[in-house]
Amino acid sequence: MTNSRFPANRTPEIGAFFQRDRNWHPPAFTPAYKTSVLRSPQRPLLSLDNTLSELTGPVFGHNILGELDNDLIHNLAGPGESAIGPRILVYGRLLDERGIGVAGALLEVWQANAGGRYRHKKETYLAPLDPNFGGCGRTITGEDGSYCFRTIQPGPYPWPNGPNDWRPAHIHFSIFGHGFAQRLITQMYFEGDPMIWRCPIVRTINERRAIEGLTATLDMEATIPMDARAYKFDIVLRGRRSTLFENRMEGN
Amino acid sequence: MVQRLDMLKESPSQTAGPYVHIGLTPNWCDITGVYPEDLGRTMVGPQAKGERIVVTGRVLDGSGTPLKDALIEIWQADAAGLHNSPIEKRGKADPHFTGWGRQPTDGATGEYRFETIKPGRVPYVDGRPMAPHIIFWIVARGINIGLHTRMYFADEETANAECPVLACIELRVRVPTLIARRMEEDGRAVYTFDIRLQGENETVFFDV
Repeated sequence: MTNSRFPANRTPEIGAFFQRDRNWHPPAFTPAYKTSVLRSPQRPLLSLDNTLSELTGPVFGHNILGELDNDLIHNLAGPGESAIGPRILVYGRLLDERGIGVAGALLEVWQANAGGRYRHKKETYLAPLDPNFGGCGRTITGEDGSYCFRTIQPGPYPWPNGPNDWRPAHIHFSIFGHGFAQRLITQMYFEGDPMIWRCPIVRTINERRAIEGLTATLDMEATIPMDARAYKFDIVLRGRRSTLFENRMEGN
Repeated sequence: MVQRLDMLKESPSQTAGPYVHIGLTPNWCDITGVYPEDLGRTMVGPQAKGERIVVTGRVLDGSGTPLKDALIEIWQADAAGLHNSPIEKRGKADPHFTGWGRQPTDGATGEYRFETIKPGRVPYVDGRPMAPHIIFWIVARGINIGLHTRMYFADEETANAECPVLACIELRVRVPTLIARRMEEDGRAVYTFDIRLQGENETVFFDV
């Protein structure tokens, strides 16, 4: 593991994280998303001051990354081949709630292929696999929290929830911040997709603005002409308190 | 009008879904050739200090059925109680121990299994020592936001009794849901920690 995510003129921050707004996040029990019924705790969560165990978290160095890790069009394709589907870039910044870029953070993504088919042994959808598409990618954010993936736009996907439920086109994101309490998994949706507002998983989130925050914007300025369109997707992690006026550090 | 705080809102969580393995443990689900090894599979190097242990168990839903599609990450201190993190100020953690692991629950049995080391004690916010513990983070289909819990060790009775975090649990009957039982297997300690998402003996989950 490495210290390189911290610029020389910045020391790592160690303040406690802002509390989560659990009315903004989806609640655990959301019966329209049927699987949540038996998988949601019924007792209240126990609130806990961040200790060193939650303030710290794993750090990943660039040494884990292969050259094509953030290029899903090519990272499983045969020589000279590429995945089938609308070619897109997905780019943005990882910020915290104070608007500060989160540098050196590992982002992992996974998605279905252009036909809505996942490469997974438990998947039974009749749409075919693409032999040149795996569906996983990863990258580490830059000094300003920026990141970029190249992929194909995933297709919508039917799932056994209601009798005719379909997921909107989406890309799953797994995000590490600087502390384990920031750990987050979410999904990115695409601007203008009419399936978004029908989806029971999207609608586990109560606030419309929160859903809009998961919807990537088409960005023709970042598009590469004759190659790939671009979608912008910024992600926000929990902010953390400044320790400027706190006279004790954890454990000291 | 008063001034605005100009804070952003955290991106809302969404379920990891049933195919979380594609992104997080691709080799485990037969997507080979993209990453050399699944991240978090190996936590302990040959030269790591401390007692080698196995942590295993299942995640059970409200009907008592094990989840066969869950993904668990753990985070813990090394044998000396230090975290492998640049934020760690008390000393340098063991470079042969990552402190972070990631495992799926088995698609047939629902069991998870981590090969790790027994952590040392870490100070609480006020400096008092917490009992040795491992942080668990659980995601799966049907879980809308990752669940945080802690595993403690049954053979650390004295430390558990004085742990400031366990002391926060007002309903004392719930404390045992966080304590893994110890067995021996080929001379190695195996701790079993079942996580009950809902209902009788529901595991304590934290808002950290």
